[in-house]
Amino acid sequence: MNSLTLVFRLTVFALAFTGFAQMPIFSRYYLADVPGFAWTADYYFNHVAHYILAIVLLAILGWRLPRILRRQSWSAMDVTVGLCWIGIVLTGIVRVMKNQPESYFSPTLVMWVDWGHLIFVVLLAPLALAHFMTRRARASARRLHNAK
Amino acid sequence: MKINRRHFLASGLIAAGGIVAAPSTARTGAEVSPDNVVLATLLDISKCIACGACVEACREVNGHKFPRPEKPFPIMYPAKVKVADWSERQDVDDRLTPYNWLYIQTAEGEYNGRSFELHIPRRCLHCQNPPCANLCPWGAAYKDSRGIVGINDEICLGGAKCKDVCPWHIPERQTGVGLYLKLAPSFAGNGVMYKCDRCRDRVAQGETPACIEVCPEGVQSIGPRDEILAQARELAARTGGFLYGDTQNGGTNTFYVSPVPFDVLNAAVEQGPGKPHLASVGNPFVKEELLARAVYAAPLIGVVAGVLHLVRGATSEDNNE
Ligand code: HEM
Ligand code: HEM
Ligand code: SF4
Ligand code: SF4
Ligand code: SF4
Repeated sequence: MNSLTLVFRLTVFALAFTGFAQMPIFSRYYLADVPGFAWTADYYFNHVAHYILAIVLLAILGWRLPRILRRQSWSAMDVTVGLCWIGIVLTGIVRVMKNQPESYFSPTLVMWVDWGHLIFVVLLAPLALAHFMTRRARASARRLHNAK
Repeated sequence: MKINRRHFLASGLIAAGGIVAAPSTARTGAEVSPDNVVLATLLDISKCIACGACVEACREVNGHKFPRPEKPFPIMYPAKVKVADWSERQDVDDRLTPYNWLYIQTAEGEYNGRSFELHIPRRCLHCQNPPCANLCPWGAAYKDSRGIVGINDEICLGGAKCKDVCPWHIPERQTGVGLYLKLAPSFAGNGVMYKCDRCRDRVAQGETPACIEVCPEGVQSIGPRDEILAQARELAARTGGFLYGDTQNGGTNTFYVSPVPFDVLNAAVEQGPGKPHLASVGNPFVKEELLARAVYAAPLIGVVAGVLHLVRGATSEDNNE
């Protein structure tokens, strides 16, 4: 695993954490009571942290996009994971636009964009895991094959 | 102009999806359809006599929106999560509650050697960039095209984040109503949040909010934000008064004009749960525009760098996506 991949994975983890910190759950379930974890219930802090992480994530995704597009074979899983990423990124960007002082989006749209962001995240989690496992299985199969 | 470019970006993206996105504060005076005009209110607090007619009218006109909780309430975990039940105390009118979206705050004291007694109708200020709506993780709190900030009682889960992030802690919770009952009532959510919706349904019909209409002293006026702001400034200048709400929390659609400075009033009013302060409030989203610009630029810069890198034939980067 090269260092960009490591940064990418840490960023995704931190995005998920600061994202879920947007729900009032860490104060309810005592995480914020753990010494040193009070910030998990600071909505404004997690809001800015989520933005900064999103900037890192988007730059990495942009960097990788040309490479992704050059991929020759797309399995159904690749396509699904790709669509989830597109969903997360687009809904995330619309949320950022909506938070600008002079912007206005209809309440119904805001609701769907919000739910969309969450639904794509919830879809991506198990998919990404499964995707990762099948790739690893395939890679080790290839290694075994080559070793013969 | 940066605002225009942003609107362009935003409306372009949304128009592509066939959904309305109308820039709201850009009012050019000409025939703008009324639902696109951001409205603001002016409250001349020197006129208020604390008769309470507005509080009464608000309850009457908005009574059909008040919560009708189901009892007994679901048991909630962990035990520190408290029930917020106002259904047995619906007549409380000296603070904000789910059944009382407006109350009269009184300030008594002395200023410049003269004693004063002032009454301040308090409710949601309908912020221009409302943290309650921006930070709602569920899309339940919203700002509409008239600058009204509301909470959708059909989907709100009552997590009370809107109350935490509002500098005045305006929204009030009622347990035992709403969507959370159908999800996991013991583990997530705790009812629905309520607050002034500036009589959204009446305003949609071209009517005036109840509290404004009923006031015998004409304390409040409502109109397009730029006109009302000009009036508020003019009133403050003419009377040597002070203005609150124009820049608070990054700007609101409610302007209080008082003959006594607001820090003096803030020290004089009773504060506590459901009784908001009158302190000066800065913009919580000062870095928002800067961060947003970085969010828009990041993928573009990434793609350009990525393409250049590929074109130069580099293959050192791994291929896993
Ligand atoms: C793997 C990546 C990501 C994960 C796991 C993630 C997760 C979440 C979660 C769970 C929430 C709270 C629920 C909700 O509001 O729907 C959230 C909110 C939000 N996300 Fe993300 N997100 C990711 C990427 C992004 C990106 C790329 C952007 C922006 C371009 C973004 C912008 C936002 C915004 C603006 C909010 C609303 C809360 C706030 O204003 O701070 N997210 N995210
Ligand atoms: C499928 C994923 C999930 C979705 C769609 C979801 C949705 C939400 C949303 C939007 C809120 C905000 C409620 C509000 O502000 O009124 C919320 C709050 C909450 N969620 Fe989740 N959530 C998910 C996962 C979880 C998980 C895994 C837990 C923990 C076991 C959890 C426990 C809670 C709790 C305790 C609250 C706060 C309620 C309160 O403070 O009263 N949720 N949920
Ligand atoms: S005063 Fe509070 S509840 Fe009202 S719009 Fe502003 S942040 Fe939201
Ligand atoms: S505008 Fe309407 S909802 Fe708001 S305080 Fe006045 S009467 Fe009540
Ligand atoms: S009706 Fe007018 S005068 Fe009476 S309490 Fe309300 S704002 Fe004050």
